Amino acid sequence: MLKGEGLGVRYGKQLPWLFQDLEVALEPGEMVGLTAPSGRGKTTLARVLAGYLRPTAGIVTIDGRPPPTTGYHPVQLIAQHPELAVNPRWRIGRVLAEGVPPAPAVLDALQIDRGWLQRWPHELSGGELQRIAVARALNPQTRYLMADEMTAMLDAATQAQIWHAVTVYAAAHRIGVLVISHDASLISRLCRRVEVLPEPPAICTAAQMDAEPGLRGGH
Amino acid sequence: MLQVQGLQVSFTVYTQGLRQRRLTVITDLDVTVRAGEVVAIVGASGSGKSLLAHAILGILPHNAELGGSISFQGKPLTQARKEALRGRAIALIPQTVAALDPLMPVGEQVRLAALRGGVPAAGAREVVAASFARYGLAPEAARLHPFQVSGGMARRVLVSTAVVGQARLLIADEPTPGLHPEVVTETLGHLRELADGGKAVLMITHDIEAALRVADTVAVFYAGTTVEQAPARDFAGGGEALRHPYTRALWRALPSQGFVPLPGAQPAPDALPPGCLFADRCPLVTAACRVARPPARELRGGTVRCIHA
Ligand code: SF4
Repeated sequence: MLKGEGLGVRYGKQLPWLFQDLEVALEPGEMVGLTAPSGRGKTTLARVLAGYLRPTAGIVTIDGRPPPTTGYHPVQLIAQHPELAVNPRWRIGRVLAEGVPPAPAVLDALQIDRGWLQRWPHELSGGELQRIAVARALNPQTRYLMADEMTAMLDAATQAQIWHAVTVYAAAHRIGVLVISHDASLISRLCRRVEVLPEPPAICTAAQMDAEPGLRGGH
Repeated sequence: MLQVQGLQVSFTVYTQGLRQRRLTVITDLDVTVRAGEVVAIVGASGSGKSLLAHAILGILPHNAELGGSISFQGKPLTQARKEALRGRAIALIPQTVAALDPLMPVGEQVRLAALRGGVPAAGAREVVAASFARYGLAPEAARLHPFQVSGGMARRVLVSTAVVGQARLLIADEPTPGLHPEVVTETLGHLRELADGGKAVLMITHDIEAALRVADTVAVFYAGTTVEQAPARDFAGGGEALRHPYTRALWRALPSQGFVPLPGAQPAPDALPPGCLFADRCPLVTAACRVARPPARELRGGTVRCIHA
């Protein structure tokens, strides 16, 4: 089980907590929705759980132990903009071969055309590149997936395609998925349990919320 | 107000050494926007639909070639006319705050946009103040720099910059990127009001649900082509009133509808099939579909590029 206990984040001793005393638990194979108005730290929470950001307070554990600090992280984060997640100077084939190469069945489920492997990232559309980012995360070493507005920028057809592939893979391999989205109908399609991030404990002005990197402009 | 017919945009690119390759990103795009109307172009992100905005505004890169015709207020939109009208009769509501000058207070940016849009210098301050009030921006906000405003406020500044002049046609490029529902509703409301006030609004988006909330007409963009133009009310039930198989698939893929995935992927710009661009994924495909590009034709108050519709 992926667990966050007493999690809190703030960006300075004088600044208010973005969130505090947060308890999160995600079982293997479970899909949980997470929603909240902008500025409550959904993206920050996903980054904490995936090991990109050390929380100011609290700890993250997997089956009672802290996740490894080196090598492949068993909690993978997929965000809204795949352009930021792949090396623009590598061909797609190399992007996929980095780390643990995905199985051919995963490429098929995500309808990844083998011709794309010869292309550069800028030659693929947003939806195509996001499929590559998802394929890269669907491998035996991934235990949990943080899907942070993963399909918010995609057209409905591509969104449905990616989520079907992820749902089937996650069920078969007992991967726990946190679905962060503004889209209530998407969450209700995917998740039986939905968590709402509570209001920040301290009074938080708009200017202070804006001080948090990654939340302005809807991202 | 705006009529785009058979628009083509292609690029000459050099690959490895000096081998030239021509990429046709837009093959056959048709769209008509009348005064008082919101028309949405809906298509996959990164599919080149933003190039339509660039083509109308005359800001395509140098290696781009343009085909087809664009007319504005009944007259052809030449490059010279585009440059004369850009920021005046035709204005863009950009995608992100990145379009604002990071070093200039937002109030000043709206004022400059007003001047460019033909507002006399003497009255510009009042016009800016009125625009700020109109979009619920506090007068003090005028002194803020773009990095100091929240996502929702930034959208209001962007709209304000575009409409403070005397624009007749507004182009909103991805106006609702991953925003919170209230901000989306507010932004869409602005677009609707502008159309109701007599302007023509062209909205370019990947989000069909957002489009359906304000648009009168939806043009569906697939592999560089508008496969269908349909009244927004046709998006209902199981999509029976829709004309093109791709439009129907898009509608049924919505989480609020069937969430039905559509197998396959769009063809790449340098590997377009000779016939119908949707043939490889279409459940209704026949041999005849693969012979030639289906031309656009009128059907039940809309248009469609499908020989079996
Ligand atoms: S022309 Fe044929 S392949 Fe193309 S959309 Fe119509 S039925 Fe499908």
